[in-house]
Amino acid sequence: MKTRNNDESAADRIWRFFASVRLSVVLLLTLAATSIIGTLIPQNADPAAYERKFGQPLYTIFEALNLFDMYRSWWFRLLLCLLIANLVVCSVRRLKSTWKTIFPKKPTYQTERFRKSSGRIQWQVEKAQPGDLKQTLEPYIRSRLGNVSVKNPESQGGVLIFGEKGRWTRLGVYAVHFSVLLLMTGALIGSIFGYEGQMNVPEGEARKQFSLTNTNQSKELDFEVRCDEFEVSHYPSGRPKDYRSDIAIVENGEVVRQHELRVNDPLTHRGVTMYQSTYGKTPGEKLTVVLTESATGDKHEKTISIGETIEMPGGKSELTIEDYSDSFAFRGHNIGPAFLARLVPESGRATPVLLPVEHPSFDRMRRGDYEISVKDVDFRYYTGLQIKQDPGVPVVYAGFLIMIIGCYITFFMSHRKMCVELQPEDTGTRISVAGISTRNRMGTKSAVKKLSRKIENLTSKT
Amino acid sequence: MPNSEFIISVTTFTYGLALVFYIAGWIFKKETPGRLGTTAMIAAGAGNTAGFFLRWAETYEMGYSYVPLSNLYESLVFFSLCIAVIYLFIEFKYKVRTIGIFASLCAFLSVAYASLPSMDSGIQPLIPALQSNWLIAHVITCFIGYAAFAIACGISIMYLGKSAAADPDTGTAGRIPDTETLDDLTHQMVTFGFLFLSIGIITGAIWAEQAWGRYWGWDPKETWSLVTWLIYATLLHARFMRGWTGKKIAVLSCVGFAAVLFTYFGVNLLPGLHSYL
Ligand code: HEM
Repeated sequence: MKTRNNDESAADRIWRFFASVRLSVVLLLTLAATSIIGTLIPQNADPAAYERKFGQPLYTIFEALNLFDMYRSWWFRLLLCLLIANLVVCSVRRLKSTWKTIFPKKPTYQTERFRKSSGRIQWQVEKAQPGDLKQTLEPYIRSRLGNVSVKNPESQGGVLIFGEKGRWTRLGVYAVHFSVLLLMTGALIGSIFGYEGQMNVPEGEARKQFSLTNTNQSKELDFEVRCDEFEVSHYPSGRPKDYRSDIAIVENGEVVRQHELRVNDPLTHRGVTMYQSTYGKTPGEKLTVVLTESATGDKHEKTISIGETIEMPGGKSELTIEDYSDSFAFRGHNIGPAFLARLVPESGRATPVLLPVEHPSFDRMRRGDYEISVKDVDFRYYTGLQIKQDPGVPVVYAGFLIMIIGCYITFFMSHRKMCVELQPEDTGTRISVAGISTRNRMGTKSAVKKLSRKIENLTSKT
Repeated sequence: MPNSEFIISVTTFTYGLALVFYIAGWIFKKETPGRLGTTAMIAAGAGNTAGFFLRWAETYEMGYSYVPLSNLYESLVFFSLCIAVIYLFIEFKYKVRTIGIFASLCAFLSVAYASLPSMDSGIQPLIPALQSNWLIAHVITCFIGYAAFAIACGISIMYLGKSAAADPDTGTAGRIPDTETLDDLTHQMVTFGFLFLSIGIITGAIWAEQAWGRYWGWDPKETWSLVTWLIYATLLHARFMRGWTGKKIAVLSCVGFAAVLFTYFGVNLLPGLHSYL
């Protein structure tokens, strides 16, 4: 028996711990403070660069604390989990009592609270009985407020008319808290089920395969993406103005969708979203190599494609075009598009040969028997698409919407109760109008003013 | 026709004038300088509005046609405009001019900074990533939020001054509204700012999702806006904690505005990856 009691109180204590607003204040501030770290230390950079910057001892400590990838670290996630636990427990606990307030069997009004409220307005109406005034006022108040009830207190001929508005707005704050849960849930769904990658599609071609970000793996889509045209336009100053890819989605050989893909205007097909992300140039099938005999200056031209091997004049060696780079860095200088080739002699070691498209005499440096260059490269644009699937996005967007609506309700609407009291006096009736609300004292005061002005008009007519 | 930069210079001067009048009205307890302050503030707000729309028209003349909210210069001009409009609304609603000192100071500093010779105020066409309606919504809502927080900070400073004053009910301190009203006003401004900052972060996230395929990426600017948001969320909750007086809340409101300023100006000073790689 005793141990069970202890168990219960331990559970109670945990429950109370998570139900406290103090904890949430601590957690929110801790999250704010720790989030700053990741802006002071650039995240996910090259380890060698970190080591250079911080030195070995500091680097080891930071690494152990996951400071180089802190937003995914265990301790940051733990803080988020604590916040969620805090939020859920707190909301559940409060919702029980709020629910009773929002859906009462019978609304009750405490007269004294109205009598003591600030902003109460009183005035006197001559030659009028509370009962008669009630006849005029009650219908009006019923048209403006809900849950109207009429009482005759202290049996002195007085009349109290209560009404209220916006009981349900007490739920606004739960909507805000629920939206925070939705955001976290959406982010979790995205990190579990989502993927992201990059796909380059040359003009006129279709692709299915794309490479996943941060891994060496690739993945295949259920459909093909064809790029019909890519166009980049510039302002007169040379600034880029627009990147546009005309793409077609091909399923089983049939075009099912066409779209002009632009930055800021992605296309979603079967849950997969494609973004205009980069572009570049890629050489076409064929190019021409020019072989100039160093001794004589005689030129030979041959057509070749990437991956192909040709025999050099004289048959003493073979040339293979192995690869192409959009922008090749040679000793730190970008020499633009270049082909990488390999010259294999009959005997002896292979030599790498660099063939920059824009510098045809580059190979003279090698001082070989032949100076090699390329020409007639048939460049085509390719469009670089970012490929993403994130099933969490709709959940996150729902969270966004609920958060805005919830904040609006919480901040700018309130549960407001009004009370109009009619007290008999010697020469007439004293009218007092008062209001109390969950928030927005100033708003309530002006509502009281408005209601009393309206009542004054109504009562002066009769 | 004068160009927008000239109008903004005149506006800067007028905000400065409003500041002087508001201070004079507060110190000398006179109605006239206070009224002149209001007049100057209205004139400056009108000039600021004209400058904003004129620049918009200028982008059309240059053939770029964009809403002028795309660089630091343009955002500063819009920031001061938001401060002026929100402040004038409060002044008319609650009839308090002392807040005008801080509001006109902030608006003045903002456009004065924009008018510095070193500021690049050229009209540059938008690169593709910036051509987005979500971005326009993002900038507008963020700056409305920032402006509300600026005014909340001013009110909080007045609160702290008033509660620290030896004799809070007489002299210059006596002309500050009572602490209860200040506390209430701070809270109203913070809730207003919080709503708009939330919408600002959300529209920014939607823009990022459309332009870069991610709604959140923990880049320094995003992260700092979240830090700001968390500080104000803390403030909103602090009211429900026992022992938290208006003083602590006023301090939080100042800390929150410091975070706003850092999000706005400071993030560019942070180490980017490229600075040492
Ligand atoms: C990022 C997370 C959170 C956000 C954005 C948030 C937002 C809000 C907002 C806007 C309010 C209304 C404040 C006002 O009435 O002026 C509020 C109230 C409140 N929040 Fe949170 N909150 C968060 C986390 C939490 C957590 C973790 C708890 C856990 C204890 C909590 C407990 C409360 C309570 C008890 C109230 C007062 C509700 C009432 O009026 O009865 N909140 N919150």
